[in-house]
Parts: sequence; C-alpha cells; structure tokens
Amino acid sequence: MSIIAIHKCSPIDTLDMQQMVPKLARVKSYFSDAPDVSTLEVEMADGVPVNYAPGQFNMLTVFGVGEAAISISGAPNGARLIHTIRDVGAVSHALTRLKPGDLLGLRGPFGIGWPIRAAHSKDVLIVAGGLGLAPLRSVLYHVLSHRVKFGVVTLLYGARQPEDILYQSEIAYWRESCEINVALTVDHADVKWPGRVGVVTQLIDQAKFDPQNTLAMVCGPEVMMRFVAAALVEREIDAENIFLSMERNMKCAIGHCGHCQFGPNFLCRDGPVLSYEKLRPLLKVKEL
Amino acid sequence: MAAEQASMLSQHAFFKGLAPEVIDLVASCAQEIEFSAGQYICHEADQADQFYVLLQGHVALQISSPGRGARTFLTVGAGEVFGVNWLVAPYRWTYDAKALDDTKAVVLNAVCLRHKCEADHDLGFELMKRVMPILIERLHICRIQLLDLYLKQN
Repeated sequence: MSIIAIHKCSPIDTLDMQQMVPKLARVKSYFSDAPDVSTLEVEMADGVPVNYAPGQFNMLTVFGVGEAAISISGAPNGARLIHTIRDVGAVSHALTRLKPGDLLGLRGPFGIGWPIRAAHSKDVLIVAGGLGLAPLRSVLYHVLSHRVKFGVVTLLYGARQPEDILYQSEIAYWRESCEINVALTVDHADVKWPGRVGVVTQLIDQAKFDPQNTLAMVCGPEVMMRFVAAALVEREIDAENIFLSMERNMKCAIGHCGHCQFGPNFLCRDGPVLSYEKLRPLLKVKEL
Repeated sequence: MAAEQASMLSQHAFFKGLAPEVIDLVASCAQEIEFSAGQYICHEADQADQFYVLLQGHVALQISSPGRGARTFLTVGAGEVFGVNWLVAPYRWTYDAKALDDTKAVVLNAVCLRHKCEADHDLGFELMKRVMPILIERLHICRIQLLDLYLKQN
C-alpha cells in the first residue's frame, strides 16, 4: 500500500495578493558598470519611498517581457532605489536597455538580508565574487555611514578580469579613505593589470581580522561561496557567523510557488541570506 | 653572509618551523636578490635552476600566446615562493615571471639544493612537504579559474 502525502498549500491572504501586484516605478538614471552590467536608479511613480534592508531584493517587471528578482545595491535609506543588473536573459536584457524616464513594475522589497545588527562591534569581512558585490554594496554603504559601530572592515573581491570589476571608482575611493581594507584579485589579466591574479580565497589568508569576533558576509557563484566558507572556517570563524546570499529562481517572492526552494528553505522568504551553519549540509547535496 | 640569508629564510612562511641547522644547510645555497618593477626574472623554456623566496613586492607569472600577448595566470607576493620547477626534471621554466613592483627575494641555487637533497633525504622530504601543499593549492586555483565561475551564463 502506498501512502500519498498531500501537501496542503497555505492560503494566499489579502496581504500576499497585494505583494503580488507590481507598483509603477520610473528609471531615474542609468549607469554602465561593466560589459553587460548596468545599474539602474529607479523611483516609485507615486513618490512613496521604499524602505529596505541590505541584502533584500525587488521583483522588477519589464512590461510585455517579464519579471526578475534583482538585489538592491544602493544605500539602505530609502531615498534611492538602485539595482545592478547583468544582461543574462530576456528580462535582464530588457532591464539593461531601459533609459531614464522609462516605466517598469516593482514588487518588494522581499527576503531576509544581511545580519547587520549582529555585526555591530565585530570585525566585518565581506567576500564578493563577480556580480556578488552588488548586494554587498548596500552593506558597505551602511557600514561606512555607521563606521564607529564596527571593528575592522575588510572587502575581498574577485572578478573574472579587470574590466569586469564593478564600482571601480567607489572601490578606489574606499581604498583611499582607509575606512575599510580592500583587496582585489582577478582570475586572469593581460600585462596592463598591475594587481593580483588568482582566486578570491587566496585573499583570505592575508586578511586581518579577529576570527572569534568576526562576522563574514559572502556573495558570489555558489562554488566560490562553498570554498570561501570552507576557508573562513579554516581561519576559525564559526559557521554561524558566516552568511551566504543564495541564488535560485525566484518567482512569487513570497514563499508560495516553491521555485526557489533550497532544502527546507524558500530562499525568497527564508533567505536569500542564510548562515553557513544552516547551509553547509544542503550545499553538499548536488541535486539541490 | 650565509647567516644573513639564514635569518631571512627562517622568518619566511615557507621555512617556518624548520630546524636552524636545516635552515643553515639551505642558506648555504642562498643569495639575496632584487628586481626592479617591470624586470623579467625568468623566461619560459629556460633552465630552472633557481627557486625564489619572495621577501617584498609582487611577481606576475605569465604565459604568452600568439595574437593574445602575455596573460597573467597568477601573481605571488611577499611570503610566497615560485619556481618549484627546480624539483622536477627536466628543470625548465614553464612560464615567464615578471616583477610587478620593486621586488626583493632570496634566490636558492637549485643545483646546489638538489645535491643537498640527494645527500640528505630528510632535507629533501622536509622541502617536499612544504612544496606539495603549494602545488596542491595552485592546482586548486587553476581548477577554479578553469571553471570560469564569473562567466555570463544564460
């Protein structure tokens, strides 16, 4: 006799329904960061500011094309809604073609972001790979505007090649400001590149932080995050103080559709930021 | 002079924890050397009779290909080493190495070092134990680079 388990879906209430309806937003400015990567500043058409926490994401709609989950990469003060987008599919391609004045749909913000409060009075280690710097830029803005609340702050960033490094002028500014330690590396480069070539895990060896009093935030391709997290544990940071921003196919963004399910978690609702302590066993499951 | 090299080597991460008498043995093959920014340290296919222990500066390891010019596949800096080709016949460099900035190193004469390792297998084994993790780490780096993780994927 077979036993059929019937999964009872939670009912969609009125609040959920409201969250499913995009609001109108308008592109305020546009900036090309790297080949195929653009940053859009958008404002709500009704003028109501959107409050969000670093690490949260919005669902952006290009009318007639579709909707995509895009992390928020601006300062979390509600004044400017900034999204850095890589042209990888139909929706993101259409988003990167928008120009100032164009209308788009916006739902959000969604998800649980970076544990900023837990990082207070601790050393903060930010490890980013590729476009993974975008959701971490919100953290950097927050930390820099509340600098005294944090210990040693370090940004380790790896990119594919020098021209793919995001936010180059800001990184140069952060380096000069001496408010945070910055180390960069690229996977490969031509001879004009004067910096490091290698992978981002190599930068961890030289970073200075107190492992017992450090909170690490990591975002990048999953393989990169797995090795970074393992290297951080090797440097004696507790797994519960290492946070990764996971990426899966977000659709409803409110934990109903299951597209972004990762083990027992719906990443849109329970994440995208989760502790390595929680993620470690799941990251070993190849099918997830 | 050998005492100076021994002191520098004993403070370097690669030789950390090595017994003073072993350091002295290695130091007898050592010489301090400096390179200015932009200077080539070695060239692909040349005889690899040197092992470099970096004290200061950065070095780019490069391979050139027709039409693409030189590409840097790894940089190494103070506290690191390069030139492990000295351990394995036919002892040839498989890349070019170029100082990215003013660089200070201790260069070990590989012929001298190889003779000492043959004569004293404990020394050979000790050095091999220190070279092996570096080779494994660089192999891992190479695998990750080959995966091209940051490449755009539709």
